[in-house]
Amino acid sequence: MKSVNDLKPGQLGVVHKITCEKSLRRRIADMGIIPGALIIMKRIAPFGDPIQINVQGSDISIRKSEAENIKIRERK
Amino acid sequence: MATFTPTKEENLRSVKSKNLKVALVGNPNCGKTTLFNQLTGSNQHVGNWPGVTVEKKEGFLEFKNITINILDLPGIYSLSPYSSEEIITRTCLLEDDPDLIINIVDATVLERNLYLTTQLLELQKPMIVAFNMTDIVEKKGDVIDYSKFRRELNVPIIPISANKGNGIKELLYLTIGYADKKGKPIVSKIYEDKIETVISKIENELKLGFSFNGVKRKINLRWLAIKLFENDELILRKVNLSRSQKEKIRLYKSIIPIPDNMDSQMIIADQRYKYIYKLCKNAVKRKHPLEHITLTDKIDRIVTNKFLAVPIFVLIMILTFYITFGPIGSFFRMQFEFFIKDILGGNISNLLTNLGAAEWTKSLIIGGIIEGVGSVISFLPQVMILFTLLSILEDSGYMARAAFITDKLLRKVGLSGRAFVPLLMGFGCTVPAVLGTRILEKEEDKKLTILMIPFMSCSAKMPVYAMFIAALFKEHQVLVISSIYLLGILMAILTAAIFKKPVLKGNTASFLMELPEYRFPSFKNLCIHVGERVKDFVVKAGTILLAATIVIWFLQSFNLNLQMVPDRKDSILASFGMTIAPMFSLCGFGDWRATVSLLSGLIAKESVVSTMAVLYGTGGLVGTSQVIMDQFSIISAYAFMVFVLLYTPCVAALSTIYKELKSFKWTAIAVAYQLTLAWTVSAIVYQVGIFVYNVI
Repeated sequence: MKSVNDLKPGQLGVVHKITCEKSLRRRIADMGIIPGALIIMKRIAPFGDPIQINVQGSDISIRKSEAENIKIRERK
Repeated sequence: MATFTPTKEENLRSVKSKNLKVALVGNPNCGKTTLFNQLTGSNQHVGNWPGVTVEKKEGFLEFKNITINILDLPGIYSLSPYSSEEIITRTCLLEDDPDLIINIVDATVLERNLYLTTQLLELQKPMIVAFNMTDIVEKKGDVIDYSKFRRELNVPIIPISANKGNGIKELLYLTIGYADKKGKPIVSKIYEDKIETVISKIENELKLGFSFNGVKRKINLRWLAIKLFENDELILRKVNLSRSQKEKIRLYKSIIPIPDNMDSQMIIADQRYKYIYKLCKNAVKRKHPLEHITLTDKIDRIVTNKFLAVPIFVLIMILTFYITFGPIGSFFRMQFEFFIKDILGGNISNLLTNLGAAEWTKSLIIGGIIEGVGSVISFLPQVMILFTLLSILEDSGYMARAAFITDKLLRKVGLSGRAFVPLLMGFGCTVPAVLGTRILEKEEDKKLTILMIPFMSCSAKMPVYAMFIAALFKEHQVLVISSIYLLGILMAILTAAIFKKPVLKGNTASFLMELPEYRFPSFKNLCIHVGERVKDFVVKAGTILLAATIVIWFLQSFNLNLQMVPDRKDSILASFGMTIAPMFSLCGFGDWRATVSLLSGLIAKESVVSTMAVLYGTGGLVGTSQVIMDQFSIISAYAFMVFVLLYTPCVAALSTIYKELKSFKWTAIAVAYQLTLAWTVSAIVYQVGIFVYNVI
């Protein structure tokens, strides 16, 4: 299944599932990243990690290892 | 802009208690502290609360004859406890029982901020929601229908702009008016019927009795029921339920089918967000769609650009560094130092002579206090400049981008991007660098960074290197000095590798961080920021430093019979130096005068140079050069420089480290580690050097 990391800058995705352990999942969920939420991939940091995504109007920086857990389905 | 009419004066008379406890709660970066400063002005006092890891600030103000105590709690995204900030905030709300909660909401990122609001409402405590940054919302052309939010959330809602000071007075009227009513918000229906039923069933089960954290407390049962539904671990641990209660709750919960991509916590989060989205769709008219390219996006495109990001970052850092430690900062520092040591010191000296003060008093005040404390206080202009610049970077939103850019590099040592700035500042002076670790979120990250900072060679060590290089390494100046700085960086990395496990305990810093919109820093905020740190620097470092200076002065002015000695050679410090000097023979500098100058370097690193000059009795640096050439070989000189690079920083730095680590144990560990490392590396350098020299 595709994760947020597979999005190219400017692409959008809809969160399908968050697969990591409880505390990180909760942290992610609290930022509004929950199944059904729309994510815009904004950019990748100059050294290739972390990435910047936009969820409901706020820009969030997240490491690739963490973003890997955010599985998405493409927006139709 | 504010549609709110202030509570009438008559209503205020009914306020019986003349003391109100108000807690400010909100997301990080929602303008909470700005509001706090607006409310309390100069009345604030920052208190270190024992036993907690992150500061919560308390301030007070008088309004209409009522004293309002305001608690500024750490910024949080949710009431679920997985970080120390959240635990503090939640514990304070549950157990300190404030009279009123003011929930500050960043109206520019409304949905995410209201997520916390929905949780706070469930605590069912008197609450006001302040929509902050409404000026920016207006500028963007968005329109918020406050009446819809009031109707739906059932709490007073007030638009404010903490930066501009709009709506503050109205907020205060509302505060004293509303807190008196002891009104509890009526919870609006957030969850769908099925979940609502389960929650009320759990609530009914709780009514049968339970104890929370061993004692019965006034805790809202519905809130607790929701937490039990969510399987909140901390709450589960604190709540004592009978076995049959537990079993029933488990049964109730099993009614709700949980899709395989969710869990019970996420169902609750999902429901809350759905509720908020629906509400915002109704009540907020946005001029631009979410995909709209904002000014922040445009700036980000440049400053986090793949090719431009690093050069821009380096340029900003060099500029910060150059202004602080370069000609501008140094100019102010020298003026200030001149004022303290020459003008102030000179006048005091004259005054003491005129008063006929005893020789030892003069020596203590002039040679001890003015010299020691003065040389640290003279850093004040540089500290002010540095913190002004850093505050600008922080308030504008750039610091978050700097962390975004450098995160990958710092992750290798277990830290996150935010640690970069304090580490860099270490090249200037350890004191502001250690203070700068406050921008780090987690206490563990802060600790590890503080352990690393002293190895970033501070500018006060420069004169020591300069002295040796001038005497012995004229031909390879650049190579020698760069190798010393590089060694420092390597040792900092080594330190991180050694302490990563015991300090971080396997928790690699997560880097889920909000990148805020760029904002123009407000002048008032800047003053408060810088003022707070300057006050800290002067008062706290000053008191510990004063004591330390007096001790060292005493040791270098008296002998063991407690008689004042004209020659430092006979002092306690010297005899101590002679005792420990042999320990350094393996490093190549077992001479007691070298040892004592290292000891005096504990006051300030520059004094290694001045002490050497005094003890070798040369007079002037030219003479010292000659003595160094006689006393040191190339190898022992390099080993000495390595020792100066790595050993314990000056007392000013140490007192700051102690203050920021808030732990005697860790300060002691740091000192022991620095001494061991300095000795070992220096000995290795000397022994290997000698060996290679002999072979060649």
